[in-house]
Amino acid sequence: MEWFDNFWSVYSNLVLTLGTNALLALSIYLTLSCGMLVIANAAFMGLGAYSAALLTMNYDAPFPLALAAGMTVPAVMAFVIGKPTLRLSGVYLAMATLAFGEVVRIALLNAESITGGALGLNGIPQSTQGWHVALALALTLALLWRLRRSKVGRAFEAIKEDETAAGLMGIDVGAHKMLAFVLGAALAGLAGALNAHLTFFIGPSEYGFDRGVEILTMAILGGIGNLTGPVLGALILTLLPELLRSFKDFRLVVNGFILVLIVLFLPKGISDTTRLRQWLAQRRSRA
Amino acid sequence: MLEQQLVNALSLGCVYALFALGFTLIFGVLGVINLSHGAVFMVGAYAAEQAVTRLGFPLWGALLSAFLFCGALGLLIDFLVLRPLRARNAPHLIPMIATIGVAIILNNGVQGIFGAENLRFAPGLVSDESLSLGGLHLTAIELGIILLSFALMAVLLLALKKTQLGRALRAIAESPKAAYLLGINVEGLFYLTSFAAAGLGGLAGVLIGLYSNALFPLMGQPMLHKGIAVIILGGMGDIRGALLGALFLGFAEVLSVAYIGSSMRDAVAFGLLFLILLVRPKGLFGTLQERKV
Repeated sequence: MEWFDNFWSVYSNLVLTLGTNALLALSIYLTLSCGMLVIANAAFMGLGAYSAALLTMNYDAPFPLALAAGMTVPAVMAFVIGKPTLRLSGVYLAMATLAFGEVVRIALLNAESITGGALGLNGIPQSTQGWHVALALALTLALLWRLRRSKVGRAFEAIKEDETAAGLMGIDVGAHKMLAFVLGAALAGLAGALNAHLTFFIGPSEYGFDRGVEILTMAILGGIGNLTGPVLGALILTLLPELLRSFKDFRLVVNGFILVLIVLFLPKGISDTTRLRQWLAQRRSRA
Repeated sequence: MLEQQLVNALSLGCVYALFALGFTLIFGVLGVINLSHGAVFMVGAYAAEQAVTRLGFPLWGALLSAFLFCGALGLLIDFLVLRPLRARNAPHLIPMIATIGVAIILNNGVQGIFGAENLRFAPGLVSDESLSLGGLHLTAIELGIILLSFALMAVLLLALKKTQLGRALRAIAESPKAAYLLGINVEGLFYLTSFAAAGLGGLAGVLIGLYSNALFPLMGQPMLHKGIAVIILGGMGDIRGALLGALFLGFAEVLSVAYIGSSMRDAVAFGLLFLILLVRPKGLFGTLQERKV
């Protein structure tokens, strides 16, 4: 096991970040699977991270309680803004949630007495263990997998395909959208809380527009047709910058190129295997 | 000093308008939220700076070279990235993600070449005289930005309303398929739009680079966020709306700095956007389309 200990001491942070990123990608998958493009996940992540970190730092709260708070605060926030916001659809919903996210970020930045402002929170105890992240991811995957095959999951899919038709079939569109929105927020908050207790430091700039777009990119890149997609997308986007270290200053340029190429050649995401199968079938018929 | 604040708000609003014109043009005609527009804007500023320092171009030459360089860049992005996605009828999220990739390439490419530190335009490129009218001050570059953004909007509006080309563009905005069946060269006009929009983005980059006197690889990102707010406020793809939305945002920001405090500037902008979307789901000046079942 010596090689594992060596490996773990160097890469444990990366592996755990991978896990929290997968949770984030799954949180946006949840709203996308209900046909809503919500870009507030970074803000919900930030709310979760700050509320959990403040609890452990200022009140010595036990870790499970901090995680619970990290999920509850964003979920309540989502519930409050959900009613008026979820009337919007398509690009307008995306932009309203994006604007909300910016407001949250700026609020975190300006509430200096509580959040430490631009300097962020320093010295968060590193309570997140590998198995915490693994367990959270496993539970989330199990829950989402069950959800897909349940009545609620099928209702999500119906709403995604055609909202009006779903409503006419007797599905309570508003309630289901709200459920997806609140669950997604709680999941993003959980990822934020775990991540905050992993990184020692959090600041408001981590939860801005760019993070929101990155989360969306993970989900779309991996594909939202099934559950492996977002996890795979998170895996790739987390590892790529590390794997490309040899390109030095230009490594993010290569990162961008790979992103564009994947979008161009694998339109349904990496987890979509139809193209691969088509290609293999072609080769076989040619042979 | 309310009057001076209003003048400042006008020039800030026109700065946003200049950026938003190209952004909204692409959305209106191609139906793509082009998240690389901020990066193209930054490239324009760098292209002009290089033209001035390396080639000794005067201001008009720098502006022209930024327009052409960014136009060519826009054409290239359209040809290599957006055209294949159009050919496949990809859902609208997919081109948006692709343009995120393009923005990453451009931002980090420029950072790799020129470094992350701020560059400045050579002093004396624009006259630093300022116009004083009844106690109000307006620098030459502010005046240029205000005049240019109104002029460009007028030209774009006239071109879209009165010329055959504009009619064709509006037909495409309505339905590319129907426009194609009417014998309009849809692909050609998509290229033209990409060229013009990116060129305008580049121009905006130069002017705003001069206005704030700092060029850095990520200068387009805050502009992009504001640009998104502007075209939502104005109604997506609406040229007049872009100008009105930009002015509205400019006034909201300047007045919030004056009366609330500078730290809340962006919170006011995005808070307003959020509230306006809740009250008027299609933006301040957009029209609501009822979905027919």
